[in-house]
Amino acid sequence: MSGSHEISRRDFIKVTTGIVGGLIGAVIGLPAVYYLIDPALQEGGKDSWIPIGKFEDMQIGVPYPFSFTRVQVNGWERTASSFGGYAIRKSDSPEDLLILNSRCTHLACTVNWSAEASGFLCPCHDAKFSIEGAVLDGPPPRALDIYEEHRITDDGLIEIFFKES
Amino acid sequence: MWNNIYNWLDERLGLNDMYTNLLDRPEPKTTWWNTLGSASMFLFIMQGITGIFLTVYYTPSPDHAYDSVQYIMEGVAFGWLIRGIHHWGATLMVILVFVHMLRVYYTASFKYPRELTWLIGIGLFLTTLGMGFTGYLLPWNQKAFWATTVGTQIAGTVPFLGEFILKSLRGGPELSALTLQRFFSAHIWIIPAILVALMGVHLYLIIKHGESHFPTKED
Repeated sequence: MSGSHEISRRDFIKVTTGIVGGLIGAVIGLPAVYYLIDPALQEGGKDSWIPIGKFEDMQIGVPYPFSFTRVQVNGWERTASSFGGYAIRKSDSPEDLLILNSRCTHLACTVNWSAEASGFLCPCHDAKFSIEGAVLDGPPPRALDIYEEHRITDDGLIEIFFKES
Repeated sequence: MWNNIYNWLDERLGLNDMYTNLLDRPEPKTTWWNTLGSASMFLFIMQGITGIFLTVYYTPSPDHAYDSVQYIMEGVAFGWLIRGIHHWGATLMVILVFVHMLRVYYTASFKYPRELTWLIGIGLFLTTLGMGFTGYLLPWNQKAFWATTVGTQIAGTVPFLGEFILKSLRGGPELSALTLQRFFSAHIWIIPAILVALMGVHLYLIIKHGESHFPTKED
């Protein structure tokens, strides 16, 4: 036992303890991180067509409010989330509908249509949106979101395409 | 550069002294039986870490406790591993602490000046059992429910004070949401706090007195 390859008992124990400890740490630590962030990695998102109202009930130029609830299974519990918006009919054609999401683009409060202000008002931070959804006043960074896809059924129901996030 | 940083810290924190006193202290000739205390402490730390991770998903409510444990086992990535370590670690810890106690008894290591270390060790054994007893209820399955029914009923047979003890443990005359909640609180806050405090004194005493020699024929 001589020369440059010599290693003392103490150093051997130290190195071995370090390696074994590191292995145990990695075997527990990496799965533990995965365990923590797992819900963030779940693919969400069933999509479906959701009826929001009859086309004939919608008057031209008057925002038609609608709301719906989606039930999602989060972990061990079913959670109901509410969504809503306004359909604005522009002409006789069912294609010619603007369907706005009533979720404020600032901090996600719900905006309400006000006929006297002729705009959508947000109660949280005094935001105001036009009937087209454009920002007129207040802090929102962009116009109201739009439900892009909609269709009309044979019964005259308007349905929007909704994808869970 | 690392040396400079280390020296700067060492001058202020006394890292070298700590290392010498905690990990490089003189030992008598020892065997693997002398490692059981350290092994128990290692298991306690593992139980603490995996336990903290379990509370990320576990819910101590009769409505959700069982479902949340099922979710940990089947819904979360590596939930089975975290809970598995916690489950088997608990059993192993009770065994190790007990064997550690037997070793100290058979080698007569509890004698002067280590009587206090021994007494505190008994406290550590009892708190370890307390951890096992309170943790057993938390999955809120049939076995947990009836084991706790029986366990608290046994505590209730104490003369005179029995009914009071039983109601204190259960948070009422019967097992309920209150029982689950207080067992959870005891399991993650009260008993671990006592255990850590006792462990601190236990370790201090071991470092102060050192390990005992195994008795020889002359002893």
